[in-house]
Amino acid sequence: MRVGPLTDSCYTIPRMTDLNPIWDWFRTLHDTTGINLTIFYDPFDRARFFNGFLTSLRLMTVCLVASVVIGVVGAWVQRARFSPLRALTQGYIQFFRNTPPLVQLYFFYFALGSYLRVTGPTGLTVPAVSNFTWAAIGLSLYAGAFNIEIFRAGIEAVPRETIEAAEALGYSRLKAYVYIILPLAFRISLPALNNNLVNLVKTTTIAYAIAVPEMLYVANQIWSDELNVPEMMNVLLVIYVSLVGLLVLVMGRWERAMRVPGYTPS
Amino acid sequence: MIPNATDLPVLKPFRPGAPLPGGELACAPTFRFPSPHSRSEWRGEGNLDTCASASAWGASAPPLTPAHAVVLVMALAIAIGIGQAAAAPAAPSILATLIKWTPLLAQGFALNIAMSFLAMGIGTVLGFVLGLALISLHRPVRGVAWFLTEFFRNSPWLVLLFYCMLLLPFELRIGDTIVPLPGWMKSTLGLSLAVMANVAELVRGAVNSIPFGQWEAAEALAFTRLQTLRMVILPQCIKRMTPPWMNLYAILTVGTPLASVVGVSEAMTLTGDILAAENRSELLVPMYLYLLLWFFLYCYPIARFTVSLERRFQVR
Repeated sequence: MRVGPLTDSCYTIPRMTDLNPIWDWFRTLHDTTGINLTIFYDPFDRARFFNGFLTSLRLMTVCLVASVVIGVVGAWVQRARFSPLRALTQGYIQFFRNTPPLVQLYFFYFALGSYLRVTGPTGLTVPAVSNFTWAAIGLSLYAGAFNIEIFRAGIEAVPRETIEAAEALGYSRLKAYVYIILPLAFRISLPALNNNLVNLVKTTTIAYAIAVPEMLYVANQIWSDELNVPEMMNVLLVIYVSLVGLLVLVMGRWERAMRVPGYTPS
Repeated sequence: MIPNATDLPVLKPFRPGAPLPGGELACAPTFRFPSPHSRSEWRGEGNLDTCASASAWGASAPPLTPAHAVVLVMALAIAIGIGQAAAAPAAPSILATLIKWTPLLAQGFALNIAMSFLAMGIGTVLGFVLGLALISLHRPVRGVAWFLTEFFRNSPWLVLLFYCMLLLPFELRIGDTIVPLPGWMKSTLGLSLAVMANVAELVRGAVNSIPFGQWEAAEALAFTRLQTLRMVILPQCIKRMTPPWMNLYAILTVGTPLASVVGVSEAMTLTGDILAAENRSELLVPMYLYLLLWFFLYCYPIARFTVSLERRFQVR
């Protein structure tokens, strides 16, 4: 941690040291080249950046699961016989797809959040729903709207005869959906689903806007403290690109494994 | 599509009329142009890839009938009503406040639209070049283009925005002329980088979707590669690319409020300012809903138009 240009000789703030040679190498890197990666050699920065990384992972996982659940349930509701329910789902899809996710998040956190407040232990009113939860809700609803459409397209690709056969065998609508239609539709819509999930993972960064301490937010704090903007920006880019790359790799494997043989839409 | 090649009896007979998650290009032959990576064939930016989900995006965007408008207006009215009930009696009505701030909001929204146009323009031009580099016969060119495309497609838009915002200078000095780079311009550049990568993928996907027989036919007619691209392949690609390209535009437009995070005073920022100026908590819900409505009314017709284009350009 340096303060100003004159620090080399006398004004260096005493730093916490640890004797790990790998961490110390980054300190040497800083001293010799000026590349200041405090997240490696400064224990405080390292801890908070790691926590930010974990928060990001947590947010991504929660949203991935929740959005797929919304997609599955929504696609079921869209086939409901009760038409107001279908209209409601359609309205939800169109609204969430055609409005900015950031504004949705603001709407949830600031507008709805202002009504959902409880009295905390100190006697002051505190938000009943944390910003992390709002981010998870908002992003899941956003990605879920796309997922419903994706599953719907998959369901439409399941031959009508298959559904009729299930009915003939005495499956109820729900049972036919769960055991016959969904497994097939899921496999057919996996490529499009993957696109959307990758997009969702990237969109989790907007949780920054409502101060969820995820990776971008923490990186912002660190570069404000340490004035190492380029280094942190590059670290962020590398981490996100590799996270998304990893997801793409895993989902691609899965997609190939789940592909319906002989049925190649693209 | 080979309907009888399935070993899963439930899947045949396949009816070509049924929409696929693969969209219109699904019916294209499966020929793949030599490419250093096959895995990204299927993967797009959310819903904007050519092959992956061209129609999944807009496959069903029901027409916006007067009934919808009534529902939207009613939603706003209810929100206003709730706020009104909670408001102090002396304060001006919420509707009056919304109307009062509408010109300012329109200004901010105009900046959003301008940013989306500009980013789309820059991104399309760059992306077209990059997309052609992706199908280059020259291996290193292809590799570099592939890396650039994947890199900018995999990085979050907000991170790209921060990158451009913080690392670009506030003015450029070319000789004696000083070109100022205001914040909105820098964030437009950041957005256009993301657009560039997606357009590059669109171009590659579209070129790959053209039957290989056309390349061979052009070759037999002594067309050079450049001539084939220019006269045979690309004209058809433009048609195929248009619907996903418009999807990309819609996604970009709903992405422009991200610029508010890095301090550009567009509609989102202005909404925050307005709320701060009014300092009335009952205004929060109507104001944000109002802003959402602006975007919805702009993007929904685009989605509708995309669907109709998709139908018209359907490859039979």
